Order: sequence, then C-alpha cells, then structure tokens
Amino acid sequence: MQNPSDIEQKVKAYILNEFLPGEDPAQLTNTTPLITAGVLDSIATLKLVGFLEQEFSISVEAHEADSEHLDTIERIVQLVASKKGN
Amino acid sequence: MSLHAYLESGVRNRGNHCAVVEATEGGRLDYSALGRLSDRLRDRLAVLNVGRGDRVGFYLRKSAESVISIFGILKSGAAYVPVDPTAPASRNAYIHNNCGVKAVIIEERFLGNYRQELETLGGALPPMIVLDSVGGGSHMQSALDRLDSQSPAPASTTVDSAPDDLAYILYTSGSTGKPKGVMLSHRNAVSFVDWCSGVFEPKPDDIFSSHAPFHFDLSILDIYVPLKHGATLVLIGESVSKEPLALSKIISQHHITVWYSAPSILSLIAQFGKIAEHDFSALRTVLFAGEVFPIVHLRSFKNQVPKPRYFNLYGPTETNVCTYHEIPQVIPDDRADPFPIGKVCENLEAVVVDTDGSVVARGAEGELCIAGPNVMQGYWAMPEQTAKGFLATTDGKRWYKTGDIVVEETDGVYRYVGRRDRMVKKRGYRVELGEIEASLYRHAAIREAAVVALPDESAGVKIKAHLSLRDAKRPSLIELKTFCSKHLPLYMIPDVFTFHETLPKTSTDKIDYQSLQRLG
Repeated sequence: MQNPSDIEQKVKAYILNEFLPGEDPAQLTNTTPLITAGVLDSIATLKLVGFLEQEFSISVEAHEADSEHLDTIERIVQLVASKKGN
Repeated sequence: MSLHAYLESGVRNRGNHCAVVEATEGGRLDYSALGRLSDRLRDRLAVLNVGRGDRVGFYLRKSAESVISIFGILKSGAAYVPVDPTAPASRNAYIHNNCGVKAVIIEERFLGNYRQELETLGGALPPMIVLDSVGGGSHMQSALDRLDSQSPAPASTTVDSAPDDLAYILYTSGSTGKPKGVMLSHRNAVSFVDWCSGVFEPKPDDIFSSHAPFHFDLSILDIYVPLKHGATLVLIGESVSKEPLALSKIISQHHITVWYSAPSILSLIAQFGKIAEHDFSALRTVLFAGEVFPIVHLRSFKNQVPKPRYFNLYGPTETNVCTYHEIPQVIPDDRADPFPIGKVCENLEAVVVDTDGSVVARGAEGELCIAGPNVMQGYWAMPEQTAKGFLATTDGKRWYKTGDIVVEETDGVYRYVGRRDRMVKKRGYRVELGEIEASLYRHAAIREAAVVALPDESAGVKIKAHLSLRDAKRPSLIELKTFCSKHLPLYMIPDVFTFHETLPKTSTDKIDYQSLQRLG
C-alpha cells in the first residue's frame, strides 16, 4: 500500500523535473491547474499517464486520461489511490 | 451547385441511411433527421432576418448539433463562422465581432464569458440561439421547440446560393497578433469536394472519420465528401481527439473506412494506440495533411496497418488541398526524408516564383503559388493583406502565394523546403510565432519576447519563448503558461521558456532570431 503523501511527492517531483525544469517547487501546489491552464499539453499528459502506470503499477483507462481526472496533483493522487485500493 | 445541395440530395435518395454518428456519445442522425432539423434552424434564422450575404457564428462542442448548425446556416443563405470551443472566450468573441455575425448559436456553458467579452468589444450583441448542451441533435430540437412556443417560426425556403456566395469563414493565426478570417465560397469548396470524389472514389457505404475540429480546414473534406456520396461521418469530439487509445477504439468499433487527420495524430496512434489489439481492417484510405509527417512514425503506422492506400495532402486554408502524393506500398528502410507534397491537383494550376515574382527554372527553390477554383476570395475586412496574398500578374489569374518554399522535381512533383515567414505548424494547426509574442507582451513583467520553433521528435515542433524581464523578479513557469492560456489556444502555448538579461540583437538592432534558433 502506498500512502497518499508518497504518491503526491513522486507525482510532484516527476512533473517538476519533466515539464517544468527550473520552476520553484513552491509554485506547484496540489490544486494548481495543469491541463486546463496549459501547463501539460496532450503529449505531456500521455507521458504523465505512462509514468503513473509504470511507477504505481496501475492501468489508466483512455477516458481517465483527461482534465477531469488529471488536472491537479490532488486529482491525480485520488485517481492513483483509488486504483491501488487505498 | 451549393454545399447544402449535397444534403438535399442525400435526404431524397438516402433518407433512412445514417448521416452523422457521434463516436463516443452515441448520438446519430439519419439524412432525413439532419435535413428536417437544419430546415427548422433555417426557419428560425429567417425570423432573425438572416439571409444571403450574412454571417452566422456557432460556438458549440463538436456534435450532431454543430452539423445541424452548419447546414441550417447554409440553407439560410449565410456563411458559417465556427470557433474553437476549447479556445479562450476572448478570442472567439473577437472572431465573431470581427466579421459582424448576424446571429450566434451557442451552448449555455460558454454564454457568460462570451457575452462579457463581446460587451468589452462594444457594439450591439447579436441575437443568440442558446442550447442547454449538445449531443444527438435533441438539444437543438428542444431549443427550437422552446423558441417556437414563444413565437412560431414560419416555414421559409432554402436559399439557392450562387457559386460565389460565401459558405464559411475560417479564422487562422495572424502575424499581427489577431486571427484573420479566410473567406471561402461555395465554388471554392465544391471544386475541392469534386476533386476528392475523383481521386478517393467515395462509396455510399463508406464511413469517414471526422477528426479535425470544424474551425480547421480539414473538416471540409470530412463533412462534405461523405454527405455528397450518401455515406456516413463519425464525429470525434474534442475530449478524445488526442487520446490514441480512444482513437484506436473508434476506428475499430465504427469500422472507419476513410481516415483523415494531421500526421501528429497518426504518430500518436502508432506509438500509443495499441493497434495490434484493435481491428483496423475496414480502413481502405488514410489521408493526412497539415504538417510534415516524420518518416519514422509514418513507417511505423504503415507497417502496423499495411492494407489502406495512404495519401499526403498539402494546402493552406486559403486553397484547401492543392497538391497530393500517394505513399508507395513499401517505404524503403533507408528512406529518412519525408515524402514530397506531390503533384498539383487536377483542378488547379501551380507556379514557383522567386522573391520578385518571376517564375523560376524547374529544380530551383521558390514560393509555390496556386490558381484555380479552390482559391479563397480573400481575408475578411483586410484588403491590404488580401492584396499582399496574391501575385501581381497581368494574366488575369489570381495566383495565391502560399508562403511555402518548394522545389519542382523533374516529374512535376513538388518537394516542400520550408516557410518564407514565421508561421509554423503544430499538430497541423497554423501558428504565427508573432501572435504568441504579441500575447506575451501583454504580461506586465515581460520586456522583450521572441518565440522560435524547434524540431521535436515526438511533437514535430516545440515552441520556445525567449524572454527578458522588466525587473529581477522572474514570473513562475506555471504563471506564464496560465497567462498564455487566457489569450491563446492551448496548442499555441510555448513548451519552453528561457530568460535572458536582454535578447541578442542584429547589427540593425532587431532581435536576432537566427542566433536564438541556434541556441536550440
């Protein structure tokens, strides 16, 4: 079982390293809009899904790869946690 | 011949056959229903005094309702002006205000911001037909029922549009910071659709994908070619249009026979669409246009889906497709160069000219210019830009200057070399780098902005913004991207930002784009 704050830290670190190199980590909060504000484009979103699937051994369905499920770190953590049965 | 005559003939001959399917929402309309609902919309528009020579906007997610809107507007004699429902309301309001729409068909969810933005621009608000949502056509029906119960719309007649009447205006990115409206007539579109009939031989049992959004010129083939031939189009909405797995599922479940999209979408499907787990066996034709298709991804897609014929189509919004090239059955393993844009379409003529407008010798680089019935009438309310868009010749032909540098090879096949100006294509969309710069300059902290496009393995191009700031405090990347998303469509937001003390300059003190490009 993975605890939500572990998931949160891993996801946050991945987004900062991969898509926001050089960004002040304090700027990326759990509620910062990612997809709707243009921080993640469609290819970045696919890469994020690939990361989540591999890192947490889960499978993200096509209809879940959208802003409704992935727009903030909070929602991403919820999605991962629900699949891990947390 | 007008574009709406295709639907009328479909209603007469194929009434019960499915005309439009919503790929993921499941709604469908047969030819009769599409004919009936677009007649009702035409009647309502007539009550609003819409007629020949007018423009009518629509601001809807892609759906049966948007197809009904297109045909209702055409039947009223007006030209339709679609906007991108995922773009900022300010941009969409600008577009409709710019071309003075006589009425707007809009979803309630967009209404508040859109109305506010229109009010900021000044002038009277156009009458609006408001739909509570979209899907299957029922929301158009209920909106019309509601209006009829207040004041019934008497039956009007479908306008027999003349070939030179405008059919639609498509707004593309403009270098001055504002989108510009490309005006296309029934003659322009019908000539293109007829050419497609000859080359792709559509059949009544074909099932066409409609992947491109309706404000994008690829949609003209998607909508009118199947409807002309009594076939079916499958609408792929914004929510799944960039999700490769969902797209594979759609191709398989709907037995798509003719696919048309930007190459970047086919690249995504080839890489992430798990093609082997889906049934693509109905596909007989794959068309792509809008940008260069990197050979590695084309080869990968074609190896996984070997049966169909593949065509590279080329052409700006101003002419629609003007050259085409069929991809050979086997792509040699050692081929690294992209395929050429091909030979000129049979209904058009092409010349290649130098910077003085003189025709160059075959084999020399020059700008591709196109004449013939596909060529646009001009840019809306931009006579100077329109004049600049055409060659000054005395041969009586209107030669549209594409801005694309090409070489004509010995066999009459054109090879794309690059752009004359600062326009790039990202995921098939035209992006004027100047429009992005104009938006960045609206940010209070930015002193200088220069945007360049760099090649990128997975996305085709990557957009990089070089910035210098008014003071030492650097805005966060998240804030900059969020700021851009308020002024630009998502595909125009820079992928990377870098900061400089001051931007490099040329000897004439202009921003030195070449050295910025070299920085990578």
